Amino acid sequence: MVESNLKAESKNLNFYYGSVYALKNVNLQIAEKKVTALIGPSGCGKTTYLRCFNRMHDLYPHNKYEGEIILHPDNINIISPEIDPIEVRMRISMVFQKPNPFPKSIYENVAYGLRVRGVSKKQVLDEKVEKSLKGAALWDEVKDRLDMLAFDLSGGQQQRLCIARALATDPEMLLFDEPTSALDPIATSKIEELIIELKNTLTILIVTHNMQQAARISNFTAFMMLGELIEFDKTDKIFTTPSEKLTEDYITGRFG
Amino acid sequence: MTEDGTQITEIRKRIAFNRLRDHIFWIAGLLSTLVGLLLLFTLMIDLFTDGASRLSYKFFTSFPSRFPNEAGILSAWVGSFLVLFVTALAAIPLGVAAGIYLEEYAKKNIITDIIEINIANLAGVPSIVYGLLALGLFVYFFKFGESILTAGLTLALLILPMVIMATREAIKAIPNSIREASYALGATKWQTVQHHIIPYSTGGILTGIIIGLSRAIGETAPIITVGALTFIAFLPTSPFTSEFPFISFKWLLDPFTVMPIQMFNWVSRPQPQFHVNAAAAGIVLLVMTLLMNAFAIYIRYKFRKRIKW
Repeated sequence: MVESNLKAESKNLNFYYGSVYALKNVNLQIAEKKVTALIGPSGCGKTTYLRCFNRMHDLYPHNKYEGEIILHPDNINIISPEIDPIEVRMRISMVFQKPNPFPKSIYENVAYGLRVRGVSKKQVLDEKVEKSLKGAALWDEVKDRLDMLAFDLSGGQQQRLCIARALATDPEMLLFDEPTSALDPIATSKIEELIIELKNTLTILIVTHNMQQAARISNFTAFMMLGELIEFDKTDKIFTTPSEKLTEDYITGRFG
Repeated sequence: MTEDGTQITEIRKRIAFNRLRDHIFWIAGLLSTLVGLLLLFTLMIDLFTDGASRLSYKFFTSFPSRFPNEAGILSAWVGSFLVLFVTALAAIPLGVAAGIYLEEYAKKNIITDIIEINIANLAGVPSIVYGLLALGLFVYFFKFGESILTAGLTLALLILPMVIMATREAIKAIPNSIREASYALGATKWQTVQHHIIPYSTGGILTGIIIGLSRAIGETAPIITVGALTFIAFLPTSPFTSEFPFISFKWLLDPFTVMPIQMFNWVSRPQPQFHVNAAAAGIVLLVMTLLMNAFAIYIRYKFRKRIKW
């Protein structure tokens, strides 16, 4: 189904929050340098699925993975207990639902991922910060006030700052968890343009509540329900001629 | 028409009744507030009229004496300062580290719940009980004697639960999204604590520490229990020496007195002139406490200004 190169694939992925069976045998292929969107009604497991990719679930007790998420090209199973979650997070960055900048300056927010990696040379940091802010289409708005607190930016700017922060460490893959659900339409369209731009350089997996958004920006769409993957196909196909009745009912607004 | 008219009158009556009840509570609330404020105010005025006449440079630089007019609080304020220094040095690292551990590292289970409840309980244990514990532990077991070190550690035990709780509360106020943002960038737990948790909770932690210290400075009972002297006419050994290595820790084991004990000593004497001295020392103690609390409020304000969540 996915003709281009694969960046990652989940094989028989099961996930449990304690006794709650949240993901059921999810098999999904993530194409390299494409946007893959996850849609589905609330509680369908799409965010749970996304958060497996940078081992966010490891932060909380009683969570359990089963199955595999293979990351290419080195074919490692990133949910295996032998793989350090920190290594996974260094390769796969994430942008959250609500903008969550640190209460630090714009500069320090973007530089943080590099500082964690032990980069301290001012020149390297300066270059990376500028490059990442440009990559997140925020540079022109903030270049004269990099020392300003991140909280003084607008919501949309904060979210682009979070994208810049995620980009600064040159991740192979970027995860977006409903990145525009807290933003107004103008800020949303800026983020969407940015995501389309970013797929030229990296692989993107995005959870969205907004089906038009999935249709606008993604190459592939996966429809999930009650922890199961119902249908996965090219975005055009999902939104025009879905094969499953459930998918059709959902995208035509019959439920959800 | 008439029916509507009566309805409106009914509603107006009701509103008038509700307004009346509003006013009654307003007056009751105001009176309650005034009782508290006036009492405090009277206390302070009383203290000032009694003691202000004794406040002079000499009062701060003289040792206690048999003659009330020559007596001062030199040994008391130096003692209070040194004891508080030891207290801060012991309670801050222990309390903050314990708070961070309980909040960020410890698994959330029944054991941590029990620890949490017990720490809250410890904060309510009467201070004299801490004095007894310290007498057994520091004076007899560790043989620190009736010294500044013993007193400082005793007060540190006393305020430790307050510091731990303030640390935990300050850390709890940090939204989880900030932790996730840090971990998502590949930070380890310690990096997250060091770069985010500690800096963002500093305001709350410092506030808790200062409030704890301002309580410690006025404590009398546990200090008496561990054997503070009530009349002391010399200073502890200077921490600075003229010979290498220029600092000395001998003062830690010296006998001492503190402000509230000096006050207690003067109050318990029959001569009224000594009572004036007690009032003057009370003013000093009160001003010290108020200054510390004001500083805590300032710190909280300063740190909160930067952080909005």
